[in-house]
Formats: sequence, structure tokens, C-alpha cells
Amino acid sequence: MKNRWAGRHVAETIFKGLMLFSFGLVAGSLALILWTVISKGLPSLSWSMLTQAPQGGYYLGKAGGVLNATLGSLYMAGGGTLLALFLGLPIALYLETYLGRSVWSRYVRLALDVLWGIPSIVYGAIGFIIMLAIGMRASMLGGIIALTLLELPILTRAIDEVIRMMPRDLEQAALALGATPLEVATRVITRQMLPGIITGVLLAFGRGIGDAASVLFTAGYTDRMPSSLLRPVASLPLAVYFQLSMPYPEVQNRAYAAALILTFIVLVVSLSSRWLGGKLGKFIIK
Amino acid sequence: MKLPGFENSREGWKQRSSLEFRHRIDKFAGRLFFVFSIIPVFLAIAILVMMIYKSWPIMKTHPLWQMLTGQVWKPDDGLFGFLPFIAGTAWVTLVALFLAVPPCLLTSIFLSEYASHSLRAFMKPLLDILAAIPSVVYGVWGTIAIVPFIQNKLQPFIHQHLGTLPFINSNNPTGFGILSGAIVLAIMVAPFIIAVLYEILSNIPEGLKEASLAMGTTRLQTVRWVVIPQALPGIIAGIVLGASRALGETMAVLMVVGNVAQMPHSIFDAAYPLPALIANNYGEMMSIPLYDSALMTAALILLVIILIFNITSTLALQHVLERNI
Repeated sequence: MKNRWAGRHVAETIFKGLMLFSFGLVAGSLALILWTVISKGLPSLSWSMLTQAPQGGYYLGKAGGVLNATLGSLYMAGGGTLLALFLGLPIALYLETYLGRSVWSRYVRLALDVLWGIPSIVYGAIGFIIMLAIGMRASMLGGIIALTLLELPILTRAIDEVIRMMPRDLEQAALALGATPLEVATRVITRQMLPGIITGVLLAFGRGIGDAASVLFTAGYTDRMPSSLLRPVASLPLAVYFQLSMPYPEVQNRAYAAALILTFIVLVVSLSSRWLGGKLGKFIIK
Repeated sequence: MKLPGFENSREGWKQRSSLEFRHRIDKFAGRLFFVFSIIPVFLAIAILVMMIYKSWPIMKTHPLWQMLTGQVWKPDDGLFGFLPFIAGTAWVTLVALFLAVPPCLLTSIFLSEYASHSLRAFMKPLLDILAAIPSVVYGVWGTIAIVPFIQNKLQPFIHQHLGTLPFINSNNPTGFGILSGAIVLAIMVAPFIIAVLYEILSNIPEGLKEASLAMGTTRLQTVRWVVIPQALPGIIAGIVLGASRALGETMAVLMVVGNVAQMPHSIFDAAYPLPALIANNYGEMMSIPLYDSALMTAALILLVIILIFNITSTLALQHVLERNI
């Protein structure tokens, strides 16, 4: 018969309690963060915050909003994601269909892991050096390039992981019918793995839009609306950071509102990737 | 000019679908993709070379060892001592890992060994969202929630009861310090560490656990004597990988850690980690000689530490995950 009070059963109960506690800790901290951002940001979120650029005296608490930063962030993250996808998708497909388990694929994957580990502040500094070297000032283009560097390894590795999970039979069936590797890549893998690819793209977009350190030197900051690729552009993370460091409470409250906008965008991206993944998942062959 | 094989006619279509044409396109795409695949390798090498090149001017005049162990940071006088920043990075990262690892380990064991299917399905999006929240938002949360808590509640309480112990005795009253940075950082790396540890733990062959359970052990005993020993290399590698993420985190830490260039002696002291040094000073004050080179050296030091952590743990993880299949 089971002795409930034997040492090992007591230990089991204690540890189960501890595990539940740490599980609650992780879930609770997410709830706490979201609650703090929403409860602080919502009162100072107004229509003009969303639809206006900063007006004169904005940083002293006068009228205006962060539309310039919102648009700037969306443009830069969008551009960076597109470029990263343009480079990353072929690399991921190449690794899988053409290379298989060759030595070169190992090197490429290792290089991607290395790039993935480089902190965003280093990408920002590197981007700045390159821009200095070719005589470019802080601009939207610089920000897009820095974000492309940052997002490329994230996106490529995410897609690569997804493609690796694909059932091998499908690929072999296509090859057996006489398809070339390119046709396998474009007509079988990309279709079959579309949900995963979209998830990877949105993951990279979310990382790009939230990253402040890489655009700090490369994109600069301005109160004007984004107008040209060669002009400095504002971004939401930096808007949050700069406004929070102002000594006026009204401006700090706007930093909370801007943080709420940023969190909202990231949450929408994260949830929609989940939703899209489920929706498109219907069309794949299991 | 019309390319052969691309005429929009029946003939063109026939040519396009011929075997020879398809193979030609395939070969061309293969070469193009190969060029694309050089990009990551080239970038990785180019970034390293560029940073070494940029930090070369200062390394010529100041021996590297002297800079690594120098405690004084006065760029105006040509004194570039990195030790306070390296120490700041080490303190924040170590305290963050100390806070993050036990709950992460317990949570991932719970998820892989105890949790029901629906709880696991609930946890996945939760971790994704936690990982997706931008670091600036973590920084905002830290300044609103963590810093006042430490300043008004935790530090007075600890000061009153355990004030004389080493590592927690501090006269920094602001709340902006290592502990604030470490708490924020711990929550930021938690989803990442949990995801890696969970993957390793669920990769342990089911048969091993079943054999142990069939002997009449409790689940906990199975975890302690079968799962953990089997997964230990992977667990260590996962934690090291988490550390490499934590080392490079810039904005969130910068906003709550105080940014005072000093040798910290307590978890309540302010510190100045390497990424914060670069973010606060790079792009400005280029008039001081060697300043930008010094900051690039700081970035290089950071990068080398991160790459050592990152590459060893990635290779170890690959080895571990491939072994168990």
C-alpha cells in the first residue's frame, strides 16, 4: 500500500508545489508587465497621440503625438523584414534542397548562429561605421540596413527550422517524379511550409520593430514625419526611451502611452502569426 | 531583346517546359542561391574584421591587458579602463541567471514531465508573447514597477535586517542598480531559457523514463536520477546560451541599472555594463582622440565573450540533440 507520508512522496509534493509556483511566477510576470503597461499607458493615450507628429514644445508637455515614430518604426521594420526575407528565404531553401548535410551547410548554419548571437547594439555600431565610411548620415535607409542585419539570422534560422521539420517523403516523391531541386523548393516546400514561413517572418518583424539599440545611431531621431529614405526617422522604441528620460511628468506619461502602442503592435503581430498559422495550416499535407 | 525561352507563345512554353531548360534554370538558381548563402558567412567574418580594424588604433598605444584591468575611465585624460564595465556586465548577468535559472528549470521540468497537454498548449503562446515584448517596454516596466519597489520596500527592509552582510550592503538610495537590472533581465531571458530547456528535456527517450517508473520510483525520483543526469550537458549548454543573450541586452538594462562607472560591491550598487557604455556614448564626443576606438574595443570585448558562450553552447546543444534521436 502507498504510504502517503514516506519521504519520497513528501518530496514529490513539495517539488510539485515549487514547480507550480515557478510556473505561476513566469505567467504572473507576463500578466504584471502587461497590466503595468496598460494601466499606465491607457490614461495618457489619446487620439492626438496616435494621429499627430510632435508639435512645438511637445517635450515640455504641449500638444502632439507619436505618429511620426509609429510610422517610422513600421516603415523600417517592414523594409528590414522584406530585405531579410528576400535574402533569407533563398538561403534557407538552398540549405535544405541543394545542400542537405554537406560541410558548407554546416558553416552557413554556424555563421547564422553567430550572427544571431551578436547583440543589436553591435549591429547598430557596425551600421554606423559603414555609414561613416560611405559618407551617409543617420537616415531611414541606415535603419533599414541595420534591421536587415539584425533580422536576417532570426528569419533564416526560423524558416530553416521549419523546413527541417517537413516530412521527407513529400520532397522525395516530387524528386522521384522528375522535379528539379528548384521546383521542389518553390512548388513543394514553400507551399507546404507557408504557415511556418509566415510565422518566421512575423517573428523577425516583431523583433525588428521593438529593437532600439540597432536604430539608435543608424536611423537617428526627428520630430518630422518620415518622408525620405535619406532623412533621419523617428522610431517608437526610441520615442519611449527619450520621452521617459525627460523630467516632466506629462512627457513621461506619453512615454507610457508610446510603450502601450508598441506593445499593442507587437502583440497583434504575435497573435496574428498564430492565427494565420492555424488558418493556413488547413492547406498543408499532413 | 527577347531572351530565348521566354516568348509568350506556344513555342516559348514548349521551350520553357523542356528538360534541358528546366535543368539550366535549376543550375542557375543553385549558383545564385550559393552566392546568397555566402552572405551570412561573409557578414560574420566581416563584422569581426571590421571591429578589430576599428579598435586597432587604441590597442597600439594602450596594451590590451592594461585596458582590461584598468579601473579608471577618463577618456579626457586618455585613461580607458574597462574593468568597471566588465564587472558591471558580469554582476548583472550573474545575478540575473541566479534569479532566472531555478524557476526556469522547474518550469521546464513541470512542462515536460507533469503538465497536461492543454497546459502545455497554453504555455507556448505565453512564452512567445513574453519573448516578443520589446526590451524598451521591459525597461519602462522596470522603472515603473521594479525600481520603486527596491528603493522603497526591499532595500530598506534588507538594510534593516541583514545590513551588514557582504554583497548587499550599499549606500545607493535610488533603486537604480544591479538588482533592478538583473530582475528585468531575468524575466527577459526566462522564455528563451525555458524554451531551450524544454526542448532538451522532451528529447530524453521516453523508454528511459518508463523503465525507471516501472521500478516503482516516483516521478520526482525519475527526474532526479534519470532525466537530469541524462539532460545535464544540454541543460548547462542551454543556460550558457541564455547567458549569451543576457550579456548583449542593451536598452532594458540601460534604463534601470544606474550607469555609474564604478566597481560594484553590492547588488544594490549602480553599475555600467558594456552595452550601456556603447549605447550612451557612441556617435557623440568623437572629438576626444581614441574615444571611438575605445568604444569599439568595448564592443569587441563584449562580442568575443558572447561568441565564446554562444558558439560553445550551440555546438554542445547540436551534439546533445543529435545524440538522443
